[in-house]
Amino acid sequence: MTTLFYLLALVAVISTLFCITERHPVHAVVYLVTSFFSLAVIFYLLRAPLVAVFEVIIYAGAIMVLFLFSIMMSRPEVTEVELHPGIRDWWPALLLGGVFLGAVGTLIISGPLLSPETANTGDIRAFSRLLFRKYGLAVEIVSLQLLFALVGALYLGRRRQ
Amino acid sequence: MPDLIDILIIIAKLGTILVVILSLAANLVLAERRMLAWIQDRQGPNRVGPQGLLQPLADLIKLVTKEDLRPAGADKWLFLLAPAMAAIPAMLTFAVVPFGSPVHLLGRVITLQVVDLNVGVLFFMALSSIAVYGITLGGWASNSKYALLGGIRGLAQLISYELVMGLSLVPVVMLTHSFSLNEIVAAQATVPFLLYQPLAFLLFFISLLAECKRTPFDIPEAESELVAGFHTEYSGLRFGLFFVGEYLNIIVLGGVAATFFLGGWHGPFLPPLVWFCAKVLAFCFVFIWTRGTLPRLRSDQLMHLCWKVLTPVALGNILCTGWWLTIKP
Repeated sequence: MTTLFYLLALVAVISTLFCITERHPVHAVVYLVTSFFSLAVIFYLLRAPLVAVFEVIIYAGAIMVLFLFSIMMSRPEVTEVELHPGIRDWWPALLLGGVFLGAVGTLIISGPLLSPETANTGDIRAFSRLLFRKYGLAVEIVSLQLLFALVGALYLGRRRQ
Repeated sequence: MPDLIDILIIIAKLGTILVVILSLAANLVLAERRMLAWIQDRQGPNRVGPQGLLQPLADLIKLVTKEDLRPAGADKWLFLLAPAMAAIPAMLTFAVVPFGSPVHLLGRVITLQVVDLNVGVLFFMALSSIAVYGITLGGWASNSKYALLGGIRGLAQLISYELVMGLSLVPVVMLTHSFSLNEIVAAQATVPFLLYQPLAFLLFFISLLAECKRTPFDIPEAESELVAGFHTEYSGLRFGLFFVGEYLNIIVLGGVAATFFLGGWHGPFLPPLVWFCAKVLAFCFVFIWTRGTLPRLRSDQLMHLCWKVLTPVALGNILCTGWWLTIKP
């Protein structure tokens, strides 16, 4: 089980690395999908099959497919422009990276949150009860926000008279 | 920890399923050609062996001995990988389909299902959403206009009809209160869901036809305009893999449809395995029959049918099922 985890983690890290360094957008999409797959299996190993299938359905099956669709429709030429980022271009990356590293560091210091044995995330009933009873209002607000985004996209994309 | 015998049983199940499905897919090709010939008042392939029964073998020899071509300017690795990406999700889907009642053998209970996931329905949806990559990347990597157009059309069609497929399965889940395919079959022990949910079944069947890229919806490989669509540039065994993948898909989706709406392996008098096979073959027959009967939809008609007709109907059906479940005593 642990060997399998490290194998999958290695695949996920390496394919994500290739996804970042790859210049060709379609290849980058394939690398990222590979990474999502290994993440999904890791979630399954952590006894969270629901999260695993959501990872595949939403990220690999919907979002990356839309990426691929727009890349294929527009056929961007692979440009070989060398960029020399200056110090001023680095600070958003440094800021976001710092926040992320800080969060991971805090998690490591505070010790294990939940062991996979006690965290019963695989139960769909418990999950949906929590989502739609306890956080029902938040779910509704988020879905309204998606609706606003949809209407906004429709407005921007409509044909001008 | 599972002991050695359990592991052997699982390997035996996987091997049996692989052999049965692959040989069934090969023979389905022959069955389709014979049946289409019958519908069109022709003879069909009847030269190789009695009644043409050895035709799949002849086809296989032809495909193996053909040259494996790769067009200039094609994306090497994606071109080589795409046929496998098209065929593998279809086979994996069968992992959650229960194909018979549990068998008692030498003091052990052997379930006739590879694995009973409690998210079985979602597993099926995930794999059908992955099936897009094979045809899209195959079409893109070929570096050909026809193949690219076929790939883009296939992608647009599959992601649109997946939505209808998912929505048509929601009433089934609402009636069973479970995502496990085993429990869905158990809930249909007396009455199949076809009788409760005829509309959901119709929507599911239409989206299955679109997912298989079968005739009223075979716009990604429309011969009259796109040569052969996404697999235009493929030859030999790689073309064969795309081709067999399509028939594997028909068999597997037939099995899934039988599980969701026709009661799976439940049925009177005959043994469960026989009932399941009969239902799957009946689906295969209807698929071929549809191909022989209906003309192809135009690309825009296909999208309008999905987004303006099927999706609202599916949503309405979910709403009505919800009402019915709340007022039911």
